[in-house]
This record gives sequence, structure tokens and C-alpha cells, in this order.
Amino acid sequence: MKVTAPHMGKLDLIFKDIFARTGIDYVMPPRTSAKTMQLGLRYSPEFACLPLKVTIGNFIEAIEAGADTLLMAGGVGPCRFGYYAEIQKCVLQGAGYEFNMLVLEPPAAGWKLFIDTLRVLAPGKSIYQIWQIIKISFRKARVMDGLEKYALKYRAYEVHRGDTTKAHKKALEIMEPAITDREITAASEKAFAVMEAVEKDMDKSVVKVGIVGEFYILLEPFVNFDIEEYLGHMGVSLERSVYLTDWISPSPKNQIMGITDEEIAQAAKPYLNHFVGGEGLPSVGHAIIYAKEGFDGVIQLFPFTCMPDTIAKSILPQISRDFDIPVISFVIDEQTGKAGILTRLEAFIDLLASRKKHRELVGV
Amino acid sequence: MKGFLGVDVGSVSTNLVVLGEHGDVISLIYRRTQGQPINAVQEGMKEIQADLPGDIEIIGVGTTGSGRYLSGVIVGADIVKNEITAHAVAASHVVPQVRTVLEIGGQDSKIILLRDGIVVDFAMNTVCAAGTGSFLDHQSTRLGIPIEEFGSYALESTVSCQIAGRCSVFAESDMIHKQQMGYRMEDIIYGLCQALVRNYLNNLAKGKELLSPIVFQGGVAANAGMKKAFEESLQIEIVIPEYHHVMGAIGAALLARGTVRDGKTNFKGFEISSIDYQTRSFHCKGCENNCEIVRIQVGGKTLACWGGRCGKWEVATAEEAELLLQTSV
Repeated sequence: MKVTAPHMGKLDLIFKDIFARTGIDYVMPPRTSAKTMQLGLRYSPEFACLPLKVTIGNFIEAIEAGADTLLMAGGVGPCRFGYYAEIQKCVLQGAGYEFNMLVLEPPAAGWKLFIDTLRVLAPGKSIYQIWQIIKISFRKARVMDGLEKYALKYRAYEVHRGDTTKAHKKALEIMEPAITDREITAASEKAFAVMEAVEKDMDKSVVKVGIVGEFYILLEPFVNFDIEEYLGHMGVSLERSVYLTDWISPSPKNQIMGITDEEIAQAAKPYLNHFVGGEGLPSVGHAIIYAKEGFDGVIQLFPFTCMPDTIAKSILPQISRDFDIPVISFVIDEQTGKAGILTRLEAFIDLLASRKKHRELVGV
Repeated sequence: MKGFLGVDVGSVSTNLVVLGEHGDVISLIYRRTQGQPINAVQEGMKEIQADLPGDIEIIGVGTTGSGRYLSGVIVGADIVKNEITAHAVAASHVVPQVRTVLEIGGQDSKIILLRDGIVVDFAMNTVCAAGTGSFLDHQSTRLGIPIEEFGSYALESTVSCQIAGRCSVFAESDMIHKQQMGYRMEDIIYGLCQALVRNYLNNLAKGKELLSPIVFQGGVAANAGMKKAFEESLQIEIVIPEYHHVMGAIGAALLARGTVRDGKTNFKGFEISSIDYQTRSFHCKGCENNCEIVRIQVGGKTLACWGGRCGKWEVATAEEAELLLQTSV
């Protein structure tokens, strides 16, 4: 058995860590590229959302690299994502590929299903041992998420363009070999020290923007045109409404963001009073939280045909008016042109910056 | 005499403007890009130099439009800015109290809302270019009426004629159908203007508060039929600035005026119109994305590169670009 999983930002780092601990053979697809996209588009239904298309491309490249077992997350709740593993299976079989599909359904879909899948991924390990592996691997993943959060916030302040990105890469390299609890603690300190050592100008005039939207588009830089780095270099300090470990973890606590699902849902009221699938509710809730925390603007990103975030998009203009915070939405699919997005982003940031300057002048 | 140069390289037209120190227009050039942005900028530079007083000294340059990076490298820009910001700056310079800017260019259209001189909201067409200058251009050719006379035809309309304006291909089918039914040309053309205005307002202005003064600019603002259709639909008087067709370039020049300090400009001089620029492209081997990178050269020397996903080629100076080329190709 040679397991593989699709890419989503730094998800491969977590998988590599877990697979190394459970001792199973794996191969990760090459990083998502234009070729991945082409392969995925060739076989995917046109009106599915971009995440399905790109992950099918990942799987094809993984199979070509020798993988025979595809690991995909399942899901419950009214978003098509929960059904994508089944669709991928049909599409890839129809294209003539041979493989096994392992669907990691969340515990909410039934503990037995969840544990059965884990047993395949961790042969010969007891439930207790599996739990320990997940626990420690998650601890490490949370440190990596913390590093990412740091980079998002402080890239705007760097004195030399590109230093934060370099430091972030180095920090992740420091984290990679850490296995034991003690090693993770030591590596974590070292990694954060590397990030903190980046020369910063904290007096720089920086605008603060919150990014909300669908998780895959937010987490995978290839599909969002590296928007976070682009904005960071433009002098925008960012906070994001999704982090990898918060999203994977079944716990509602969201340790990286430091805000619970319940608090997010409360914040969304009365604009949206219930779950609408995907990140529809969190997109609304976070936008309001960012507005209340004094952010300068909100950017929403989601894939074309994504219903939950389309619902959020129709509510955001109202929030923008009521809370006096500029909001811009980008709908992304394979037809989206980079130049169009960057032109609008640049204009949006100009808008935020001149608004901020004006407010400082009149003393609002 | 001192002046600021603004260059706006768009999909259809390339515009150059020189403003005096107080923001007054000294000279302007409006010409077709014809798919050759470098050539258009060079020819434009030649023309505007011939038109300018001999003692002119350019003390700041700004570029905008979809060809802003390319033209920025060629003329030596002090500031390279997106067209939304440039248009907003120009509109509030010409009409200081402006609260709404309608802009329709060759292949894009935008709406910009300002309050107290600050941009508070904007939108730009995303999925559809129906109703922009290119389509009107195409129709004027098809109907054999020069684009300059399109507006006066529209104003002669006496009976309204509904044209389906959601898609430009279907709009054309509908116009052909109406012609075959025997409708008057004037009514069809005004019907088209009304359809385009409807389309614009539905796509861009949805849910936005359009307050007066409203400024209408971009190449399409020359069409008096469009102005009338907007006024009819919004029930507000529309202002069309004298230099409505080169507002992007005016904005770029104004932005340059706000950027340049101590007279230190990057301007490369009017001589650039006789330099032979070449563009080459290659695939970057830095990672598996294999991005296509464009390199702009003069006599084998690299001036700038761009086009990658990661942004590493968009380095500040020609020397750095040359260094990157040597180390990573």
C-alpha cells in the first residue's frame, strides 16, 4: 500500500508527519501547478467547484508517481465537499486509473467508520496509540499554523522584501524533524525566534485586512494567486478566518484563531442565524468580528458555484454599510485571470489606505 | 516650463497627457494601441514631444492601464498605478465634489463611489464586456456609421426600440433582426445605448447609491446617446469632463505629481521613442510551476522581467533582473 493525499496549503507536512509515525508507505503528489490544474480540468465536471478539479489533478499526479491508495476527507453537512471523495472515485475510475479510495469521514458521521479508516492507516496500532500519534502530530501542526499566522500578520512590516517568506520557510524546516514532545517544544522556540529575528519597521503605515471565505481557496496559495504574500508585500497585515488545524480538528475551539465556533455564530446574528454549509456562516461572523476589532477592510475569496459563500457574499454588502468597513469579494475558478484580481486588489488597498489616512486627519 | 507626464496604455487606446504644475492640461495624445503597446507608447511620445513647448522639463511620470508595467519600464515611471485609482484621482481633480464616477473604456467598465474626495467603493466588470467601447466600435463598423457620429444618430431617435443588451452577441442578433423588420437606424442605435446602460447599471451599480455629481468618462463618454440614456435612467444630470477620453492618463500624471519629491524623476526622456525594444519570453525553471516569464530588452541588455506566480522576477532594478537571469535560467 502506498498512500497519497491531495494538497491544501501545508497539509502535506501534517500527512508526512503522521505517516512517518504510523510507519506506512506514502508518496505525495508534486506541488499543485498549472499541469495539475490541466489534468484535473480534463476529467472534472465543469460546474463542480475548483477544489474538486484541482484535487483530482493532485490524485492523477500522485498515481503517476506510484500511489495506489488515495486518502480523501469526507464530510457531513450541506456542502458538496462531503461528497467529493465519491465523485473523485467515479471520475478517476472512468478515466481508467486503478486505485483504492480511503475516505476519512469525520467522527460526526459515525465513530466506527472513522476508526476503521484509521486502522488501515496505522496497521498494528491500538486505538490508544493512534490517539497519541494524532495528538502529538497535531501539536506540531499547531506550531506550524502559529508560524503561518505570525507571517501573515508581520510580513507587512518587514524592512527587506521577501525576508518573512524566507524565514517562514526556514522555520518550517526547523520544525520538520521534531518527533518527541521535547523536540517539538525546542524546535518551536527556535522557529519562532527565526521569525522574530526578521528586521521589522513597526512604525510603518500598514492597513489591517481580514480574509474570509471558503477554506480550500484560502489555504491553497496556488489557487488564490498567492494573495497573502502579494498583500503582505503591499504593506497589508493579515488575519485569516481559517487555519489548517482549526479546520481539520473536530473541536469547536479553533485554537489558532482563538475564537470558538459558537462565538463566530453569535457574531453573525442577526444577519445569518443558522449554518448554511461550508464557511457561509463563519464568513459572515468573521467579517463582523473584524469590523468590530477595527480592521480596515475585509476580503472574501471563494470558488465559483460555492453556495455557502455565495450566501455570505449577498449578506456582506449590508455588513459593509452597517459597520462602515469596505468589503470586496473575489469568485475564483480556472477562468479567473490573475491580472484582473491584482488590479482590483491594488485599487482596494489604495481605497483602504486613503480612507485610513483621511480618518486619522479628521480624527475619527 | 515644468510638467508631469501621464501614460495610460489600455486595450484599445494609448493616451499620453502632460500636465502643468497646477494640474492644467498642456498637451494630450489619444491614439489606438492596435495590440502593440510598445510601439503605441513610442509613437505617442514622438507626437506629444512635437506638440509641447521646446522648454518643457518633465519632472514626474506616472503610468496606468493594463499595459502600465510595460510602459512604466519604457518611459521610466515614478509611479505605476491601477486604472481604478487613476480614474478616481482624475475625476476628483476635475470635479472636486464628485461622488460617482462612471467609466466605460475599450474592454472594461467601472463605477467608483467617492465621499469627501475619498474612494469608498468601486466595481469593475468581471465576467462580461458587453457594452464597452470595443462592442460599440464593432457595431459602428458593421453599420457603416463612423463611431464619432454614433451619438448624434442616437439623439435623433424618436421612437424607443428595445434591444437585448445582456450579451453582445445576442445584442447584435437583435439589432440585425430590428434592421430586417425595418426600424429606423436612429431608433436602433439609441435602443442599443439604453440596453448598454441597463446592462452597466445591473452589473456594476447593483445595490450602490449613485449620488450627484456624477462624472461620466472613458472613450464611450464621447457618445452623446450614452449620456442621454444614463440621464434618462438615473434621472440625474451627468457631467462629462472636457478631457473625458484621457482621464486615466491625467490621473497618472496627478499621481506622479504627488509622488515625486525634490525633482528626482526616473523619466528616461523623449529619446526612448527611437530605441529598439525587444520582448522575449522563457520558462522559469525555479519550481514546478514553469511560469512563462517575459523579458524586455534593449540591445541584449535586460531592462525588466515579469510574469511569474511567486513575484521573484518583479525585482526593482535592471541589474537585479540580470543577476536573477544569470543565476536561475
